[in-house]
Amino acid sequence: MIGLHHYLVVSAMLFVLSIAGIVLNRRNLILLLMCIELMLLAVNFNFIAFSRHLGDDTGQVFVFFILTVAAAEAAIGLAILVVLFRNRRSINVQDMNEMKG
Amino acid sequence: MMLNYYLIIVLAPLAAAVIAGLFGRQIGRAGSHWLTILAVGISCALSILVLKAMFWDGAASENISLYTWAVTDGLHMEVGFLVDRLTALMMVVVTFVSLMVHIYTIGYMHDDPGYQRFFSYISLFTFAMLMLVMSNNFLQLFFGWEAVGLVSYLLIGFWFKRESAIFANLKAFLVNRVGDFGFILGIAAVVMFSGSLDYAIVFAAAENIAGQSVEVVPGSMWNAMTLICILLFIGAMGKSAQAPLHVWLPDSMEGPTPISALIHAATMVTAGIFMVARMSPLFELSETALAVVITIGAITAFFMGLLGIVQNDIKRVVAYSTLSQLGYMTVALGASAYSAAIFHLMTHAFFKALLFLAAGSVIIAMHHEQDIRKMGGLRKYMPITYWTALVGSLALIGFPGSSGFFSKDLLIEAVKESHWHGQGAVYWIAYLSVLLGVFVTALYSFRMFFLVFHGEGRMDADTKSHLHETPWVVTAPLILLAVPSALIGWFTAGPVLFEGYFGTAIVVAPEHDVLRHLGEHLWHGSWALVKHIYVSPAFWLAASGALVAWFLYLRRPEVPAMIEAKVSGLHQLLVNKYYFDDLYIKGFAFWGRAFGRFLWQKGDQLIIDGVLVNGTARTVGKLADVMRQLQTGYLYTYAFAMIIGLTALLSWLIWFR
Amino acid sequence: MNLFTQHLLSLLVWLPILGGLVLLVIGDDGNARSVRAGMMRMSALLITLLTFVFSTAMFAGFDNAEPGMQFIERLDWIPVINAYYYLGIDGISAPLILLTTFITPLVVIAGWDSIKSRPAQYFAAFLFLEGLMIGVFAALDGLLFYVFWEAMLVPMFLIIGVWGGERRVYATVKFFLYTFLGSVLMLVAFIYLFGKTGGFDLLGFMNVPLSMTAQKLIFLAFLAAFAVKVPMWPVHTWLPDAHVEAPTGGSVILAAIMLKMGGYGFVRLSLPIVPDGSAYFANFVIALSLIAVVYIGFVALMQKDMKKLIAYSSIAHMGFVTLGFFLVWSISSGTGAALGISGGMVQMVSHGLISGAMFLCVGVLYDRVHSRQIADYGGVANTMPTFAAFMVLFSMANAGLPGTSGFVGEFMVIIASFKANFWYAFLAASTLILGAAYTLWMVKRVLYGEVANDNVAKLEDLNTREFVVLGVLAVSVLLLGLWPAPLVEMMNTSIETLLAQIAQSKL
Repeated sequence: MIGLHHYLVVSAMLFVLSIAGIVLNRRNLILLLMCIELMLLAVNFNFIAFSRHLGDDTGQVFVFFILTVAAAEAAIGLAILVVLFRNRRSINVQDMNEMKG
Repeated sequence: MMLNYYLIIVLAPLAAAVIAGLFGRQIGRAGSHWLTILAVGISCALSILVLKAMFWDGAASENISLYTWAVTDGLHMEVGFLVDRLTALMMVVVTFVSLMVHIYTIGYMHDDPGYQRFFSYISLFTFAMLMLVMSNNFLQLFFGWEAVGLVSYLLIGFWFKRESAIFANLKAFLVNRVGDFGFILGIAAVVMFSGSLDYAIVFAAAENIAGQSVEVVPGSMWNAMTLICILLFIGAMGKSAQAPLHVWLPDSMEGPTPISALIHAATMVTAGIFMVARMSPLFELSETALAVVITIGAITAFFMGLLGIVQNDIKRVVAYSTLSQLGYMTVALGASAYSAAIFHLMTHAFFKALLFLAAGSVIIAMHHEQDIRKMGGLRKYMPITYWTALVGSLALIGFPGSSGFFSKDLLIEAVKESHWHGQGAVYWIAYLSVLLGVFVTALYSFRMFFLVFHGEGRMDADTKSHLHETPWVVTAPLILLAVPSALIGWFTAGPVLFEGYFGTAIVVAPEHDVLRHLGEHLWHGSWALVKHIYVSPAFWLAASGALVAWFLYLRRPEVPAMIEAKVSGLHQLLVNKYYFDDLYIKGFAFWGRAFGRFLWQKGDQLIIDGVLVNGTARTVGKLADVMRQLQTGYLYTYAFAMIIGLTALLSWLIWFR
Repeated sequence: MNLFTQHLLSLLVWLPILGGLVLLVIGDDGNARSVRAGMMRMSALLITLLTFVFSTAMFAGFDNAEPGMQFIERLDWIPVINAYYYLGIDGISAPLILLTTFITPLVVIAGWDSIKSRPAQYFAAFLFLEGLMIGVFAALDGLLFYVFWEAMLVPMFLIIGVWGGERRVYATVKFFLYTFLGSVLMLVAFIYLFGKTGGFDLLGFMNVPLSMTAQKLIFLAFLAAFAVKVPMWPVHTWLPDAHVEAPTGGSVILAAIMLKMGGYGFVRLSLPIVPDGSAYFANFVIALSLIAVVYIGFVALMQKDMKKLIAYSSIAHMGFVTLGFFLVWSISSGTGAALGISGGMVQMVSHGLISGAMFLCVGVLYDRVHSRQIADYGGVANTMPTFAAFMVLFSMANAGLPGTSGFVGEFMVIIASFKANFWYAFLAASTLILGAAYTLWMVKRVLYGEVANDNVAKLEDLNTREFVVLGVLAVSVLLLGLWPAPLVEMMNTSIETLLAQIAQSKL
């Protein structure tokens, strides 16, 4: 029987994977964006699992919100990325350290 | 009625000074001198009326409050007049000499571009000096005190292009300020112990004050009255140029000569003497303070006189003579012979103003040459100046019958009688100083007199061909001053000194009252005193002094140089004025500035600004330098930091809550 | 009470601020000589003069015998935290408001021609400053006080930073950080007191009991704010820098009024709110004041820059203010405590006039020669006799000559300090010598002597505008010196109230 905890474990694995992606990836900015999306998906996973488990539909409503926001965010993020690439001819994460103190 | 007189006396010179000062260009040269002379003339005439009312008509003294300056905390600070016989005498002396100097100035400053300014200043001075002498409280006294100092400052530096003049006026003001430093502390002490600034209240509380003591240095109690009197006397030392605060007076000769006569001989410098006499109810209660006063006065009287012998500038000789005479007055104060001090003040005002104006007349004739070594034989060119200067010199050395004779001879007698100081050092220092000072006075006076008026003319031919007597505006004041210098002693010595002219204005404790003792044993009228002159050692000392001067400077002019060579060490000491100037300028002034530079550069700039202020800023900067190493600029480091932080927070929530 | 007197204080505060706003909005066309810039100047002058006229109405309506606050206005401001728009004056704040409204028109006149860039903004800054300064003196609500207090820094920051000299950035940052650091601690103290009283009413603060530790801490917080402002040794070093870099008008306002905020803070806040804490630290403050008088006197002696010299002399003179305020606890019996406080107050007003005048004098020279160095001058009296007369007068006032206002406060404080301790008076009276030495030595080097160089030879004497400004100040300095009674009587009752508050322990 697949219970709540299985879903939670999968979600946690997704989350950790995405974090690892953010921290370890030093090449591609798109990968970072995708990792963020993955993070949100992991959260969504939790919402749905809990919604089913508790029999409360509110969680699923939130998932819809998050999905729309994530889509919008991805669109904006990609747009920024395109502009960035146009300006710098690179989306290499290691090149972007303007904030260095 | 009388109040209107007083107001006019005081305000007329002020109004004239303001008008001549602000609108000098509009009213012109003649306008300004007529205006100021008129104003001072009115003051003088009314002052004489006041003196007459006091002296002959027996008017009572008046204590009038004019307006309230401020009241706070129960302390009434008022401006008002106390006109008693002491004040009336001072008013006449001040306004009379001032009037003479005003007239004289027309001749002396004839070609000066600052003509109106000068008249404005001397009228302002007259106002300030009157405020000082007519005051009925310590606040106004201090106002007048400082105001005369201000005008003195302005007038010494009247020719402000001269480096020496502006050095001298700064020096004069600062040395006076040292005295004022003591003076204001004295006033503060008076307020502390009596709760008032008003003379009448303070004097009434005098006995009470004398019973109190104050801990100045931890562990040693001072009598409050001694403290007050010594502090006040420090003020007098500054203004009346007593050693060691005398250094400004000789330098003040950089000012125009009329000023030297008015301010630095006749009136302002005697303010200290007047003040101590005015404070006699206080000083009488502290013998310690009187001992200090008499010692300082004696030192000044003798040692400053000695300096007069080696000076070659005609005005400086007279200046040192003034110092010495002020010392005499101070000695009289210390001997509780206040009346004698004021009497000598009065006669001195006349004959010393005369001598200064005569010196000024000589300077005009010599085309502003002041070195007596380049003069000589002026007698035949300037008869009026010669005779008036002779009168002045004789009065100064105390020639029998002259005004100076009465004042100085009786002063010395009074000091001789002041046995209550004990037979110790104080008494003998005082007595011997004033006695030997007579010889010194005669020596320097006649040295100058002979070098200027007698002997060979040592000036260059050009000057010699232009020598002539000065115009009447110069000589008239000389004559007008010569008359009282010669005669005033005859009929004033008795009333002022022995017949209680001052009444309650001057208070003397019975056991200190040397003048009453003299009056009972010595005084039998002016003529008797002159007749018995041969018993007075002072007379013989004066005569021998004049004789020595004659011998050294007329008969055998080569001798002084020989003496100089013999005692060159002493001569150097005198020429360098006992090295007081060096002490003050190379000592206090130099080290004061060095200290200031040290505090500024090391204290302010190095420690406070360098270490504390900018040091803090630098430390913050360094810290930030370290901290910014954490900002790599890479997204993943920030993300990683966030995760670590989140983990830490979570673990804290889970395990430690 | 009619509508006018009811809202007089608000009028005094907001008229200049609104005027400044209008000036700022209209602006100038960047040309200081244009008609439009002239209009701006003229309207700035009119507004300040109008403010002065209104403040004289305040003076006329002021009741010397009233022990409490007068001209009170109280409106809700932030009801949640019981903060009110609460204005009112007593005999301690009224003279300082008068001083402010008196000095500001003179400053506007002084900046007439010498400001070449952005005149409208320059005058607007001064108008803002005037309103805010009056606000500080009139505020009776802690939060309102704090807002005015801090807001005041902004126009001053701009005045020095925009129209200042070469090192203006260093000077402004130093000025801002120094004063800001202190006043933040004052805010902390206010918040603590808010916790105790549930409001920001300053009069309420004065009645709340506080433990000794709390009083000590609050006193130190206040001290940090006010000591910097006064400024007291050793937190004074911002002042010479700020003065040197500020334009003439800025220097005048800074010396004449902003320094008074510190002194005002001590009497309005420190002494009545934490009397026991003030008593505990009184000797400490007296020591700092005496160090200021003597130490700074020596430092001033060696200054080569005229403005720096006057700035240092300001510090020494303000030392008298704090000395007078904190003598209260050292005087055991009889009169003297009120004497010290009123002496300090008079010294503040008088110093406002004299230091303002001195800075204006330097400004007159600076406008012509563009140098503040003493060494660049010499013999100025030859070419500028009228100016020399004024400068000598103000220098004498600075040296505390009786008959000028500079003497009144010093005299009272010296008398009071003598009652406290002979040596206090001894050190305080040393200013007679030091003050005369540094001021007159400067006068000697600048005014007297032969004409030193071509610049001095080409100097022209005062124009009418400068003559009017200096003349008005000269008259007021003399008037206050010859008859300080109106000023002193204005303060007497309030000082008695203050002393009663001080005498009551709040433990």
